Amino acid sequence: MDHITLTINGQEIKATRGMTVLEAAQSADIYVPTLCHYPDLEPYGGCRLCIVEIDKMRGLPTACTTPATDGMVVTTESDAINSVRRASLELILSTHPCDCLECHRRERCGPYDICLRHVAVTDRCVVCPSNNNCELQEVVDYIGVHELRIPRDTAPRTIDNSNPFFDLDRNRCILCARCVRACQEITGVGAIDMAYRGYGMKVATFGDVPLLDSICRSCGECMVRCPVGAITPKEPAVPEREVKTVCTYCGVGCSMYLGVKDDKIVSVRGDEEGPANQGRLCVKGRFGIAEFVNSSERLTTPLIRKDGRLVEASWDEALALVADKLGKYRGDEVAVISSAKSTTEDNYVMQKLARVVLGTNNVDHCARL
Amino acid sequence: MTAAKPDNGNKQRTIFICQGTGCISGKSLEITEALKKAVAEHGLPGVKVDFTGCHGFCEQGPVAIVEPEGIFYACVSVADVPEIVESHLRDGKPVERLFYKDPVSDEAIPYHKDIKFYNMQQRIILRNCGRLNPERIEDYIATGGYESLKKCLKEMTPEQVIEEVKRSGLRGRGGAGFPTGMKWEFCRNAPGDQKYMICNADEGDPGAFMDRSTMEGDPHTVLEGMTIAAYAMGSSEGYIYIRAEYPLAVKRVRLALKQSEEKGFLGDNIMGSDFSLHIHVKEGAGAFVCGEETALMASIEGKRGMPRSRPPFPATSGLWGKPSNINNVKSLATVPVIIAKGADWYASTGTEKSKGTCVFALTGKIANSGLIEVPMGIPLRKIIYEIGGGIPGSKKFKAVQTGGPSGGCLPESYLDQPVDYESLAAAGSMMGSGGMVVMDEETCMVDIARYFLSFTQAESCGKCVPCRIGTKQMLDILERICRGEGQPEDIDLLQQLGENIKAGSLCQLGQTAPNPVLTTLRYFRDEYEAHINEKRCPALSCVKLISFYILPDKCQGCGICLRNCPAECIAGDKRMVHVIDQEKCVRCGTCLEVCPERFGAVVKVSAEKVDVPDEPIPVTAEKPAASAT
Repeated sequence: MDHITLTINGQEIKATRGMTVLEAAQSADIYVPTLCHYPDLEPYGGCRLCIVEIDKMRGLPTACTTPATDGMVVTTESDAINSVRRASLELILSTHPCDCLECHRRERCGPYDICLRHVAVTDRCVVCPSNNNCELQEVVDYIGVHELRIPRDTAPRTIDNSNPFFDLDRNRCILCARCVRACQEITGVGAIDMAYRGYGMKVATFGDVPLLDSICRSCGECMVRCPVGAITPKEPAVPEREVKTVCTYCGVGCSMYLGVKDDKIVSVRGDEEGPANQGRLCVKGRFGIAEFVNSSERLTTPLIRKDGRLVEASWDEALALVADKLGKYRGDEVAVISSAKSTTEDNYVMQKLARVVLGTNNVDHCARL
Repeated sequence: MTAAKPDNGNKQRTIFICQGTGCISGKSLEITEALKKAVAEHGLPGVKVDFTGCHGFCEQGPVAIVEPEGIFYACVSVADVPEIVESHLRDGKPVERLFYKDPVSDEAIPYHKDIKFYNMQQRIILRNCGRLNPERIEDYIATGGYESLKKCLKEMTPEQVIEEVKRSGLRGRGGAGFPTGMKWEFCRNAPGDQKYMICNADEGDPGAFMDRSTMEGDPHTVLEGMTIAAYAMGSSEGYIYIRAEYPLAVKRVRLALKQSEEKGFLGDNIMGSDFSLHIHVKEGAGAFVCGEETALMASIEGKRGMPRSRPPFPATSGLWGKPSNINNVKSLATVPVIIAKGADWYASTGTEKSKGTCVFALTGKIANSGLIEVPMGIPLRKIIYEIGGGIPGSKKFKAVQTGGPSGGCLPESYLDQPVDYESLAAAGSMMGSGGMVVMDEETCMVDIARYFLSFTQAESCGKCVPCRIGTKQMLDILERICRGEGQPEDIDLLQQLGENIKAGSLCQLGQTAPNPVLTTLRYFRDEYEAHINEKRCPALSCVKLISFYILPDKCQGCGICLRNCPAECIAGDKRMVHVIDQEKCVRCGTCLEVCPERFGAVVKVSAEKVDVPDEPIPVTAEKPAASAT
C-alpha cells in the first residue's frame, strides 16, 4: 500500500493514497461533521459541512471531495470554518422540521407527551421514525445550534407513500442526494434523481410519477442511507437484539442481521462485512423475510402423506422415507430439481447426490426454468 | 455632402444587411428579400445584396452597410427598401433620413467609420463580425482565415503554440480570467490517451450576447481557435457546447463545421499533417449553471448539469474522466489573431496583468446599447459616456453593473477605474463574461439586487446548501425590504448570509451570487436604510413604497387620467380636481404617463404625504398657456 502522512489539527496521520481528507480524518477518529458523505458512495460535496482549511489551498475546500496528499496540513475547526459551517447548518434546518432540536427538554420528551412549546406534531423530532437515529441531530449537537437566525420554511412538501415498503417524506428531506446516488451507483437502477432546479429541487422519479409507478425495485438501499427521516420503512421498529444469518431467498448468500423483538423478526439489516453483499440487500431480503418467517401458514416440520392426509413427522422419519423411495431409481429413471433458495454449497451437494449416488445427469434448478 | 450624380446602378456596390438574431427579429430577412427583389426589378448589374452577422449595434437594428462607401443605415424597415434602392443603389444618393443620429450631438452620421460607437472600439475578437458573410468559408479565408492554423501545423510545435499563447497574456474570457496558455499546458502535460477540447458557448447571462454574436457572425474563427488549441494540447475530439436557445448560432456553427471539414481544415490529417480533430456540437438544455465547466461536462456526458468539486481539475480528469480543456468562445476567437500577429502585438494592448481586449454587452440606461470590444484598462467612463453615448433623457448616472448576474454594482466614484480583472475584483465586482448594465437615478439599487438574485436563485442547480437555500433566504429578505416590510436587522443578516454563501458554496455560481447584494450594501447602503427605516424608495421605483397624487393646484379636470386608469381608482368630473383612491391604486403610473405635460398635475412620491382633497373639488388652477401646437 502506498502510505502518505498528513497533519490534521496538528496531529500527524498516516493514511493511504487515494483517501479523501475526510476519510483520513475519520481513520484517525477525528470527527468532521457531514451529512451528504456516505462511505460507499462517490464524494458529493453538497452539504458543505465538512469544510476545512488546507494550507496552500484557496478558500474552504470540502474534506469529502479533496484527495489527501502527502504533507498536507489540514485544520478542521477555526472561526472562519465554524461561521460558514454553522450558517450552512442553519440553512439546512430552515427547510427541515426541527423544533425539537432547539428544545432543552428534547431528551426527556416522548412521542405521546404534550408539547408545552405548542410545536406542531409534524415539526417534532420525537414523532420522526428516525429520532435518536438521525445524523442531523448528531451534527446539530456537535455544532451546537440552538436557535435559527433565519425564518423556517414550513410550506408542506409532497409525500410519496405509494411504495408498499417505505415512504418518501420530502418535508424531512435535506437533499443530500445519498438516496439518488445509491440508486445510481449501488444498484444501477436510477429510479430516482434530483428534479427541478434551485430551491425547488426535490428527489423524484422520471416524470415525477409515484415510486410505485416508476422503475423502482424497492430494494431500500436509498432508505438505508437516508441520514434523516425522509425515507423510512412503513413499519419502523427498534429491535431488542439482532441475529446474524444468511438470506434464504436465493443462492447469492447475502449476510444479514435480523432484528428481533418479542420473538418476532421486526427488522432486517444488511451485513457490511458480508462478502457476497457488502451490506446490500434486495427487496426480498430487506422486506420479505419477516412476512414468511412470521407467517402462521409456514411449515415448521416435514409432512408425510398418510392415507391421503399430510401428517407432521420428524426429520429422521422424512429423510428415511425419501431415501427409501429414491433408492429404487437409477440413471434416466430419475431427475433432480434443486432450489434457488438454497445456498451454492447445498446445490453443489444436491448435484453430487444426483450424479454420484443416483447416477443421473438430469439435474436442474428452479431459477433456470 | 456633395450630391452624387446618378450612376444608374452600374457602380459596383454591395449592401450588407445584418442577419444577427437581433436584426432578424427586426425583420432583416424580409428586408434582404425585398432588396434582392427590388434590385432585380430595377436591373442594377453592379449591385449585390449580401448579409453579415451581428454588427453589435443592435439598438439601431436592423442595420445595413453599403460598401465600398461605408454608408451605415440604422433602423431600416421593409418600407425603406424602395428608397434605398432607387436613391442610393441606383442614383448614388444615400438616404439621409436613415443615417444614425449621435445621441449627444443629434448630428446625422453617414459613415460607419465616423460613428463613435464603432470608432472608439478596438475589435480583435469581433474583427470579422458584420464584415463578412458568416455562411461562406471563402469570405473567412479571404480575410486570412485558417492561415494561423496552417502556421501552427507547418511551422510550430504544440509547445511553441502554448508558449506563444502564454506570452500573449491571454486570460480566459469566460470570466475567471485564468491564463489560457497555462490551462493548455496543464492539459498537454496530463497523462492520458484521449484528451478533449471543449468550447464553452453556453452563454447565459441575462442581456449578454457576445458569444452568440461571435458564433453567428464569424463561426470559423471559433473553429480555427479551437483547432489550434486542440493541436496544442494533443486532442483529437472536440465539443462545442451551445445553448439550444441560440438556434442561429447552432445552425451557423454546424454549417461552418461542414465547410471546414470539406476544405480539410477539420477531420483526419488536417492540411496533410498527422493531426486530426473531430468537433461535435452539443446543445445545452437551458440551464445557466451549465456554463460552469464541470456542470457543462456532466451535461455532455448526459448527466444532470451539476458542478462538482475541484480537484481533480478538468485538465487531469474532465469529460468522461479524461484530461480536458475548456475555453470560452471569445478566448478561442482571439487565438488565431495571436498566432497571426504574434504574442507581442497582442500583449501591447491592455494593462500589465490583463492583456488584449474585452467584449461587453452594453445595456440598460444607455444611449447606444450593443456589443462593444474595447482594450483592457479602458476607464468605465469612456465606455459609458463616449462609446455608449451617455445616459438618455439627461438623467443622472447611478451605477454600472459588470460581470453578469453575479457581478457587482459600482457607483460613480469608480467610473475612472480601469476595466480589467484585478480592478473590478478589488471593487467587489468582476469581469465575468462581459455583461455591462448601466443604471440611472431612477433605478432602485435594492430592487436591482433583488432582480439579480432572483435570477441566480432560480438558476442555482440545487446541489449545495448555501446556494440552494441561502440565496432563497436572501431573496426573501430583499423582497420583504422592497415591500416596505424590512427590519433593521435585515442589513446585517444579508451581509452575513452573503459572506457565508460566498465562502461556503461549491461553484462559482454560488460563490458570486451574493455580489450584487454585497456591493449595493457597500456603495448604496443609504437606499437599504431608506427602505427599511423610512419605508421610502429613493428611486421611486418599488411599487409598494410609492404613491401617486393629483395636485389640486395643477389639475385641470380633463379626465384623461380617469379614463386611462386600469384600476378605476380615480374620482373626478369635468372641471373638477381628480382624486386617486390610495387604497385601490395599483401604482401602475398610468396617470402620471397620460397627464398632459403642460399640466404636470400627477406626482410620484415615496414616504411623503401630499396634501390633496378627499373628494373632487372644483378646479381652481389657471389654465396653462396653450402649447405651441
